[in-house]
Amino acid sequence: MALHSSLSAPRRGMSIFDKLRQTTWGLVALVTLVSSVGFAMLYSAAGGSFDPWASRQMIRFFVGLGLMLGVAVVDLRFFFRIAYPFYFVALVLLTAVDVAGAIGMGAQRWLDLGVIQIQPSELMKLSVVLVLARYFHRLGPEDVGNPVKLIWPIFLVLVPAALVVKQPDLGSAIIIGLTGAIIFFLAGVRLWKFIVVGAGGAAVVPIAWGFLREYQKNRVLTFLNPENDPLGSGYHIIQSKIALGSGGIWGKGFLQGTQSHLQFLPEKQTDFIFTMLSEELGFVGGLALIGIYSLILLYGVGIAVRSRSQFGRLVAVGILGGFFVYAFVNMAMVMGLLPVVGVPLPLVSYGGTAMMTLLMGFGLLINVYIHRDVHIGRSGAGEDG
Amino acid sequence: MPSLLHRDNARSKLFTRRLAILAGGQLTLFGLLIGRMYYLQVIESERYKVLADENRINLRLLPPPRGRIIDRYGEPLAINRLNYRIVVIPEQTGSVPMTLDVLSEIVPIGDNDRRRILREVARKRRFLPVTVRDNLSWDEVSRVAVNTPDLPGVMIDVGSTRAYPYAAELSHILGYVAPPSEADLTGDPLLELPDFRVGRNGVERIYDLALRGRAGTSQIEVNALGRPIRELARNEGEPGHDLVLTLDLNLQRFAAERLAREEKSVVPGLPPEERSGAAVLIDVANGDILALVSVPGYDPNEFNKGISGPLWRSLLSNSRTPLTNKAISGQYPPGSTFKMMVAMAALEAGLATPELRVSCPGFLEFGDNKFHCWKKGGHGALDMVEAIKQSCDVYFYEVARRIGIDRITQMSRRFGLGHTLGLDLPGERAGLMPTREWKLATTGVTWQQGESLVAGIGQGYVLATPLQLAVMTARIANGGFAVTPHLTRDLIAGRRLAARPAVSFPPVGVSQQALAIAARGMRGVVNDPRGTAYGARIVDATMAMAGKTGTSQVRRITAEERRVGLRKPSQVPWKERDHALFVGYAPVDNPRYAVAVVVEHGGGGSAVAAPVARDILRAAQLRERERPEPLLRVAEQPPDRRS
Repeated sequence: MALHSSLSAPRRGMSIFDKLRQTTWGLVALVTLVSSVGFAMLYSAAGGSFDPWASRQMIRFFVGLGLMLGVAVVDLRFFFRIAYPFYFVALVLLTAVDVAGAIGMGAQRWLDLGVIQIQPSELMKLSVVLVLARYFHRLGPEDVGNPVKLIWPIFLVLVPAALVVKQPDLGSAIIIGLTGAIIFFLAGVRLWKFIVVGAGGAAVVPIAWGFLREYQKNRVLTFLNPENDPLGSGYHIIQSKIALGSGGIWGKGFLQGTQSHLQFLPEKQTDFIFTMLSEELGFVGGLALIGIYSLILLYGVGIAVRSRSQFGRLVAVGILGGFFVYAFVNMAMVMGLLPVVGVPLPLVSYGGTAMMTLLMGFGLLINVYIHRDVHIGRSGAGEDG
Repeated sequence: MPSLLHRDNARSKLFTRRLAILAGGQLTLFGLLIGRMYYLQVIESERYKVLADENRINLRLLPPPRGRIIDRYGEPLAINRLNYRIVVIPEQTGSVPMTLDVLSEIVPIGDNDRRRILREVARKRRFLPVTVRDNLSWDEVSRVAVNTPDLPGVMIDVGSTRAYPYAAELSHILGYVAPPSEADLTGDPLLELPDFRVGRNGVERIYDLALRGRAGTSQIEVNALGRPIRELARNEGEPGHDLVLTLDLNLQRFAAERLAREEKSVVPGLPPEERSGAAVLIDVANGDILALVSVPGYDPNEFNKGISGPLWRSLLSNSRTPLTNKAISGQYPPGSTFKMMVAMAALEAGLATPELRVSCPGFLEFGDNKFHCWKKGGHGALDMVEAIKQSCDVYFYEVARRIGIDRITQMSRRFGLGHTLGLDLPGERAGLMPTREWKLATTGVTWQQGESLVAGIGQGYVLATPLQLAVMTARIANGGFAVTPHLTRDLIAGRRLAARPAVSFPPVGVSQQALAIAARGMRGVVNDPRGTAYGARIVDATMAMAGKTGTSQVRRITAEERRVGLRKPSQVPWKERDHALFVGYAPVDNPRYAVAVVVEHGGGGSAVAAPVARDILRAAQLRERERPEPLLRVAEQPPDRRS
């Protein structure tokens, strides 16, 4: 399809209907499928009831679906233009949350604007993608090799990541950091530079350790040796492994998960929902979910490859990168491969904000596909290819 | 703009290449997750399934109902009675102390109980019930039940307690149950259940394992807090086997009541006293024990909850020894009831004939000693049958002198004396049948011939239990078959009678001639006007009995007493009075029942023991007419009875 794009109708005058026709409905179907798995699991988590989780999650999904399609049909160059303002607004809100958190007490992730509550770290996940994509779009390949030119984008990632860690929201910080790293990598930054930064990061670990909250330190320590404290922090990991392992190949059956329903499993509707799924639907069920995630990833890869603008390509991989990190970290966490960091399973875990962010991200991905042939100049001025 | 296009192409190629690497990396990481899932869910799955079940399944034991004990006609002797108790579930009450305050206005709750309850409440999880009081009366149950709407968290719970409806009459046979002691614990978790009881005495002890049954289990699913959610599986286990005794409850109660009190006081002017004694009624053909009584008894129900200190001490210090089963553990000189053994020993040894006549002047001089007959003036000349009938002591001194102790002992052993008989009750004693060898070994002194003379009238070293005397009588009555006694015939498994193989007993090895002499003597004792128990005969000829009286001394009568004349029983302290004995069987011509009665310090056998024995034998025969269909098949008569 991409090859004949230059022969197809000019994009400039594409109506909304044209764009909707261009929408990758297969991707929409996959997203809906994963979300439906989520509804089913939330239904089960509530002991076979739509209340309190599944029903609300479904409403959010449908709102988010509208939002996704809305995002998809806006001209891609609009996002190019607003990348910086959007980023700075998000940064200001993030700072505001930190300040409010400092004034109030303890963890503060939400900003209550009276009418709606927003979680600036979620906005930041999207805006970091946009702002980095814009930066690297304008940077020529020869400039990517220049380390000096990388200082600014590193800042663009580290500042919000640091603010999010302070909230403290280690999971979001990891996603922001890794999303940034993926964009850097695909923008053509040399591998040895990653190694240097990685080594530098490792050197910083002891210092960063001091900044972690007590419970975060415990989580890392517990991860390293869960049996050390079976009734405390290690409890979650051990119980999660028991629930998951006891599911066996075919699982205990939908609604039949014993460990999850008897509350041995913590937060079964959010972070540990994959455990419940694996307990009830078994190895086969888990495999199917990973399969669907992989299909979404491959779909995204196809979209990224077809985009003719670097901005579009980088936005696509940034969104996909975040999505992948979500999925991988969550599943690895419940299997005891990573410490418990509080990352939801994308589109499945209960939670409105993450759902909105993800669906808006997929909106951007579809947008990139619809606008795959739109040429974006260095300044963002549109020129049809 | 070729350069621009070229530049973008180069960028695009780099991007595509790196995207391929990235996507490959991501899929590899997903592969890693799949590998991990495979490890947890396929390879290690069994281990985690076990862990998951341990997490959630609580195995609860269901105590099996203890088997009932019933008599030969199916009358329940030991049952399980519902035990109502008040329990309180702390989490459902507003406040446990306040609830107890309200509750104590309805049923009394002692300070000790109150402290125990509050202690348990503090220790246990809040959704587990705590017993407030148990063994509630029906009245209390209904009072609490009416008030439960105002008492949230208070419930009435039903457990099971062993109950003995005929407490004292059966106490020595049934025994009792009590909470297991440390020594009983075998590791079987059943024994650690709060309601569980083990048999402590009597048949409850002997057949404890069969009565216990097998515990059921209930798998209860619990959540992470241990709160029961639902029952997953239930295995009812096996209730304990019901146990059928050979006993006839009716006869047992009759015998116990008949024996328990004097019909008229030994001491004139005083109300009849409580007696101490034993009676055994046995089926001569098959050894079924129909009644086995020891008085006084005790209430086994008291042991169930744990007996109180004062009651226990009073049972122990009672001179009438209520805790001892005198029917099998009481050893008494058999006195004149032993004379049949001596007579048969002489006949079998060929050292006397039934026609042997001995002249009784009231005493026999032997060496330096004078051996007195009970009849001061003497009986004159008598033959063997007449000597048994009139219970002449001099005759049997003479016979014993002729045959010696070893022959007497040898004969009496054939009739079940001097050794235990294997009755299925704990505590059976062997009695004592002495020999020369035995005396030398135990006392270091050689046997004196005078001691043989004393043994000839069932005194001295000779000791027997009432059970042994009953069996001895049965063996005479059934024509010389070595019946052995038993108290239980069957365990009912699944409501079906488990048939026990018919028993046939070996002959004791005595000629019919000798047996006939003994039987003729015993018939005369009761039915001949000169017999010692003529006053206690059964008038109805179809039920007539035969028997032998016995009066055994517990202390030596001094020469001084002989000179001034024997004191009346009322002038002697209870402990020094003679034991009254009687053995008998009925009906005379075709015997079916044998009985032995011993009244400790009761006085004369003919006056005290014989009437009791008569009434028991009469009741047994009447019973047979009115109730011919026992739950048990009464075993066939021993085959090929010698004629």
